[in-house]
This record gives sequence, C-alpha cells and structure tokens, in this order.
Amino acid sequence: MSSMIDEDVAADPGADRKPTKRQRQAAKIADAASGSMKAFVVKLVLMGLVDAIALYAVFILALQREWIVLGVIVAVTVFVNWIYFSRRRLPAKYLTPGIIFLSLFQVFVLLYTGYVAFTNYGTGHNGSKEQAVSSLMAASLERVPDSPTYQVTVVDQLGTLGLLVTDPDGDVQLGTMEQPLAEVDGAEIENGKAVAVDGWTTLSFGEVISRTDEITELAIPASDDPNDGALRTPDGSNGYLYTSNLEYDEAAGTMTDLSTGTVYTDIGTGAFVAEDGQELRPGWQIVVGFDNFIRAVTDPRLAGPLVYVTLWTFAFALISVASTFFLGLFLAITFNDLRMRGRKAYRIAMILPYAIPSFLSALVWAGMMNQSFGFINQVLLGGASVPWLTDPFVAKISVLIVNLWLGFPYMFLVCLGALQSIPDDVQEAATVDGASSWNVFRLIKLPLLLVSVAPLLIASFAFNFNNFNVIYMLTNGGPRDTGAPIPVGFTDILISMVYKVAFTGQTRDYGLASAYSIIIFIVVAVISIIAFRRTKSLEEIN
Amino acid sequence: MRVNKKLFAAGAVAVVATLGLASCASGDADNGENGGSAEGGTLTVWVDAERVDAVQPAADAYSEEKGVEVEIVGKDVATIKDDFIQQVPTGEGPDITMGAHDWLGELSTNGVVAPLELGDSAGDYLDVAINAATYEGTVYMLPYAVENIAILRNADLVPEAATSFDDMIAKGQAAGLDKPFVVEQGAEGNPYHLYPFQTAFGAPVFGTNDEGYDPTDLQLGNEGGIEFANWLGSQGKNGAGNFNTDIDGDIAKQAFLDGTAAFWLTGPWNVGAAVDGGINVAIDTIPSPTGEPASPFAGVKGFFVSSESDNKVAANDFLVNYIGTEEVQLDLFEAGNILPALSSAAETASSDPIIEGFAAVGAEAVPMPAIPAMGSVWQYWGIAEASIINGEDPVATWEKLAADVQAAIDAK
Repeated sequence: MSSMIDEDVAADPGADRKPTKRQRQAAKIADAASGSMKAFVVKLVLMGLVDAIALYAVFILALQREWIVLGVIVAVTVFVNWIYFSRRRLPAKYLTPGIIFLSLFQVFVLLYTGYVAFTNYGTGHNGSKEQAVSSLMAASLERVPDSPTYQVTVVDQLGTLGLLVTDPDGDVQLGTMEQPLAEVDGAEIENGKAVAVDGWTTLSFGEVISRTDEITELAIPASDDPNDGALRTPDGSNGYLYTSNLEYDEAAGTMTDLSTGTVYTDIGTGAFVAEDGQELRPGWQIVVGFDNFIRAVTDPRLAGPLVYVTLWTFAFALISVASTFFLGLFLAITFNDLRMRGRKAYRIAMILPYAIPSFLSALVWAGMMNQSFGFINQVLLGGASVPWLTDPFVAKISVLIVNLWLGFPYMFLVCLGALQSIPDDVQEAATVDGASSWNVFRLIKLPLLLVSVAPLLIASFAFNFNNFNVIYMLTNGGPRDTGAPIPVGFTDILISMVYKVAFTGQTRDYGLASAYSIIIFIVVAVISIIAFRRTKSLEEIN
Repeated sequence: MRVNKKLFAAGAVAVVATLGLASCASGDADNGENGGSAEGGTLTVWVDAERVDAVQPAADAYSEEKGVEVEIVGKDVATIKDDFIQQVPTGEGPDITMGAHDWLGELSTNGVVAPLELGDSAGDYLDVAINAATYEGTVYMLPYAVENIAILRNADLVPEAATSFDDMIAKGQAAGLDKPFVVEQGAEGNPYHLYPFQTAFGAPVFGTNDEGYDPTDLQLGNEGGIEFANWLGSQGKNGAGNFNTDIDGDIAKQAFLDGTAAFWLTGPWNVGAAVDGGINVAIDTIPSPTGEPASPFAGVKGFFVSSESDNKVAANDFLVNYIGTEEVQLDLFEAGNILPALSSAAETASSDPIIEGFAAVGAEAVPMPAIPAMGSVWQYWGIAEASIINGEDPVATWEKLAADVQAAIDAK
C-alpha cells in the first residue's frame, strides 16, 4: 500500500521535473505493455501465485473443516481472477486490492467488536458449551480419600482399551470401560508391575500418547458399585481411584451435584444455574442481544461518576486540542520567520517530544511529578510540596501540561506546513492595502490555515477523547474518588473508566467493553460529523 | 503507469492472500500435528522468557527418552496469562504454561486449566506450595518456586536483627538514620507489602475452610483490622512517618542502596540489586508491631496443563516426572533465585544464607488467595490503606473498605 502512496506523491510534483528512475521504469513497462506479451506473462505469473496460495489455504482449511473461511477464500479468489482477466472493469482493477485490505483490517475488526458487544464473552464465559462441560466434569473428579497409587499398563484388544492394574499388594487386575476390574492370571510381571497379558496387546508409550483422547476418557469402574469410584490414569503409567461429584444429563441440559443433590439447569444464560441463582463456573459464550448496552447505560454504580467523567473527558479533549494547536501555531509562526537564525536546529528540537514514545514520556513525567521526591518539586521548585498528581484539581492540570508537551510538536508540524503553503503575495497585497500585521494574521492567514488544519483538529479531538495512554501511564486515573463505588479517579476519561469497569481485578468483560467502545465511537462520530459539516463553510473562503 | 498499477494491484492481492488467508490456516496446521502422528507428538510449553534455558534440559531429556518433542516457547510474563485464557478455547493455546498460583481462580473460572495428579509425589513439596496449587480441593499446578517478601537489612549499619517493629525503628535511629525503614507504596498503596503487619494484628483477608480460602467469610473488617488501621494511621504522614505513599519501588531501592535506610521490606527479586550495590545484606523475619508473627503472602510459581490439550498424558508425565525432579527445580532456582517448591531442592538451595533467610520467613507465609473474590479486595484495599497513611480517619476508612469489598463480592 505504502509504495502506491509514495508513487502518487512522487508523481504529482514530478510533472514539471525530470522523471525519476522509478518513473522511467514505469514508463518503460507501460510502453512495453501496449500490445506486448511481456506484461501479460507477468500478470499471469502473479495471478498464478495468488491462486496457488489460495489453493494451499483451501487445502489446509478443508483439513481443518473451516468451511466458512474456505467459502470466503474461494469466492474472493474467483472474484479477483474474474476482475483481472476481464478486458473491461478498469475501475475495479484499481479498487479491489484496497477494498480487500479495508475489509480485512478495518471492516472485519469493526464487525467483530460489534459482534462481541452482543455476546457475554468474558471471564467465566470464555469458550463453547462443550468445553465448559468437559472442564466441569474434569474438575469434579475427586480422588477417593486414602486410596493408593496403582501401577497400570494400557492394553488393547481389537480397539477396546483396558488397564492392566497392579495394586500395591502385587495383585493383578484387568478392566475396561464396560468391565469392572477383575483379577487375571498369567500376566507377565516386570519389576513388580504387570506389563502384558495374553489376548491383549500392550501399548508402547508412543501409542499411549497418540491415543491420548481415548485414555483421558478411560475410566475403569473399581466394582459394580459406582460409589467405589473409577480408576483413571493421567500419565499412562500410574492409576488413581476417583469419584465424580457432578453428573451431566445432556438430553435435559442439567448438571447434578451428587453430593448435595442440587440440580443446575441450562436456562439460556450461558451457564448452569441452580434454582437459588448460584452458577457453575465456567459457563460458555452465548449471544445476549442488547444486554451489554442496557447494562452499560443503567449500571447504578456508574450513575455518579459518569457525569463528571464525561464532563472531564470533553474538557480534556477540547483543552488539549486548543492548547496544543495554539502553542504549535505560535511556534510555527515564530520559526517560520525568515529573520530567525538557526531555524532548522530549533525545529529539530521541537520535534523531539514527538519522537519519544508517549507512554515512555508519560512515565518519566510521572516520576518527575512525584510529590516528595520528584525533580520538579525537589530541584525546580527548591523543595516545594506541590501535589502534582495527588490533588484532584492539580492532577487535572498536570495531565493537561503533559499532554500539551506530548501534543504540540504534531500541531507545530501541521501548522508549519500549512503556513508555508499560503502564498506570500496574499500577504503582500494585504500589506499594500494597509492592513496591520495582526489583521493580516487574523483575517487572512488564520482562515486560510483553518481550511487545511480544521479536519486535523477534529481528528485530534477524536484522538484525545480516547487518549488512554497518557491517563493510564501518568496517573492511572488517580487520585481515586474514594466515595465512588467503582475504582474511578478524578483524571479518568471515559475510555479509562470503561477499562476499569470492564476489566476490574480478575474479571474481564469483553462484551461490556465492546458495548462501551461502540457507544463512545457513536459519540465521537456524531461530534466529528457535526464539526466536519461546519468546516465546510470554511472552504468557501477558497 | 496503468500497467504498473495493475501489476502492483496483483502483487497486493498476493500479499493479502498470504497474510490474511494463509495465516488463518497456519496456526491450525501446527496444532493439528499434536497427537496426530502415530509416534510421539509435540508438547508446546509456554515459559517466562527468562527461564527458557532452565527448562530446556528437561525438555531435551524428555524428548530423548519418550520420543515426544517438547517445544519451549519464551513468552512475555506480562501477557502470558491473558494469552493463555484467550487462546486455549480456540485450540491454538499451548499444552502447558508457566504461571503463578494466584491465577488459578481466573483460569478455573474460565475452564482453561486441567486438574493435575501429583500422586504420591505431592508429599515431596513444601506444604505452602501444595496448598497454593490446590483450588476448591483439586490440585491444578505443578509448583516449582515459592516467593515471599522479607526484611533486607544493611548489616554494616545495623549488625543485629530487630525483634519488633518499634525495635527496628529504634535500632535504625540509633545508627543515625532519620527514616531507617522503607517499603514500596505509591499513590494507590500497596497492600501486598503491608499484609504482614495486618496479619500480625490477626486480620487475614478471608477465613479458611477445608477447601482453602472461603470467599463467604471476609475477615478483613474484624477487630484486628480496625487495630491495624489505627496503627497504620499512627505510622503515617501525621504520625511517625514510617510509611509514605510517595515512596515507590525505585525510591525505596535508592534509599537502601544509598544507605539512608537500613531496613527494606521487599522480595528476592531485589536482592541482586542490593548485593551488586555493595550492601552487606542480611535477610530477617519481618519485625512484628504486635507479639504475633507477621506473615507475608507467599506467591507460588508453577506449571498448568491446558484443558484443551490434545496431549494430556504426555503433559502430566512431563510435569510430574521431569519438572518435579530436584535437578530441574534447582535449574529453575538458578535462573530466578527463588526458593524451590520441592522440599529436597529447597534444602539444597538453602545452603545460601539469603535463600535460607527468605525460606525462614516463608515458613510463616500464607498463600495469596486465588479465589476470584480476591479481585474485589485488591480494587479497594490499597487505596484505603494509602488514604489512612495520608491522614484520613483510620476507623471510618477501614470500615468503608470492608463494606465496599463485601458489596463488590455480593454483586458478583
């Protein structure tokens, strides 16, 4: 993708310059293509590559039984072939690769977030029902108290697995899933352990490994009484007696706790629930409709904090955009002045904050703003005790200062570029007409500047609205509002509050988090659309 | 130009197909091999990137003896748990992962971990390790190390161990230090490092029953808790000033290295820095503010088997019979300098006085609760302690903490 952009950028101003090397190459190919076979061969090879990769993918997907993905790949490949081997459909030839990228990296991600918002995906609802059941059954196994370790050998008779068991007294028994353990004679003993018996084939360790699934399921009843437990072997050479305290009835969709008699039923909430509301964990993933959205807006714990967090989010985003823009603009004007010496060196220095990763700078700032030990209080202010990050109001100022430091180089770059694109003759004409330099700036330069910069300001607003890094790394939302029922702080913005609500402690609620991010997306989108509409009026100046 | 673009477009399609479509498939393909081949198969083990070398010999030995290929994958400690939880249900996860016992509640709630049968070898591990590896009565983890905090003492400044908290401060001040004791806190507090003092007042977080910690029995707000809160207030900003929320890990370390503090409550992970800094370090038990022992939390590290592993038999065999040996436990000890969980290996490792010091404190340690309810406690605990240190009313703050935690647990 990037090479295409490079080419376009290079091509535009290239009109009145000497063609670059790449352009000459391109022209050569273009000339050769008109009527020659060479380009067709190249196209054939490339399309062949695409088809070969697709074929390989289809082959592997068929093995994995991923029919949906397979169908999509076949459809896309056929479609791409049809487009590029057709003599017409020129626009499609240009658009197809971009659209494929767009669907893969943008549309798919958006749709998936949207889908997750309608599920209960999160801690306790992590996988499929099948996985939840098998996990519950595995966890419900309890070793029979004080039962010994049995030495076992896995044996096979015409596909039926059995265990050849040597108990601690040296007695040898054999059993299968259907046949409870019974004594056998004539077993071959090695080092006190029965290793083979007539009529059964002993499995080697490799065979045991390759039949792991069957062996994990293998439970040999110790006797006809199920309360005596069943013998299982977790490692293929030692066996232990287990009883299970859960029973699964697939037809009725119920789990019964055998020790208490409680029946847990699948009532469509993605878990087995007892009558008193107690849930068995793990549950599984299901689609829950608008539940997450309803929870997001009706959560009583959020009622108080939501108001001031929303206000602060808007304040944070607006002030950040305004402060970075004006500082950037001021510096751009200053460093654009031809009378200034060493402009280039200054400009490079200006870019530095932009070149350092923002989370790193935020951490450094957090250290410098420490109340008792930080550089600012100790060195710059000579031992003052300003609560930079621990007082609710001062912490907000600190966040804004740090974000200004992080954000102004971007605005500086943008404004510098925009200023340089304003033709000098406009300014000259105004000066000749007798305008003061302030009026020239206010009435001519600024409006012209805003035409190109306004969309970037809107983008910057959207970015700051969700500026998670700065908040998380600098204050982590703190100082905490100890009065609030959720761990929210006075510098939390919406996105960091959502993070705390959806991912508290060990709970990961991806469904709720996705619902929130969709709501925030809608808010930002509405604001941006309104703002873009308004900036259209600016363009009329041109 | 036209043809050039077309060529480019075709190339782009090729890239898309490779990136997008093939990558969907390749993961499955790798996993499909597990248990698929007649002999052997592959065990994929995720380990903390720093311990790859320690596990590799055991993996090689296992491959050679049993014909099962063991693939050790180094992972970033910070993301290993979430990756495991997310990838196991998709079938892309590993067969075994390295982790810590306090993940158990989360792993088990998500159904991604399989029970592990230690058999008769369970008796060969330290009690605290087996307790920590057990969740709701079932063992899920093969423990390899036990980690807890202790007092690091600068033996050049204060040659003798302190007998109580007040004695520690007195001894330090006698040595001419203004603030002789440091512990890492931070704006949101650090309850992990304050817990020993809290237990000395008889206020554990949860009561215990025969299956381990009991989430329905919150002990945090009991009388001992209130006493602890009062004591903490008296040691804070408006009192003796021994606790300070502006001191974070780095500042505490610097104070100890500079010799402005003689006692540092921290874990084995900081011993290396102190020794390298030329400090004559001695490890002491945590001096108690009451007569009762000050028990820190023990964190136990170990290995879990994935519930979706196709190779559970080999995974069990590898962990119990190869990782659970003195040799491998000592290799892991060398890599991390944390007390091994296997008793015999722990004894060998304790020939080092520093490890012996931590092991002595560890004998009093209690496993950090792994129950999901603990998440609700962490959320409110530190911030309440931090505000008490900073001069809020101790009793009211502590009572609100207990009420908030109880409400959060009930809401779940």
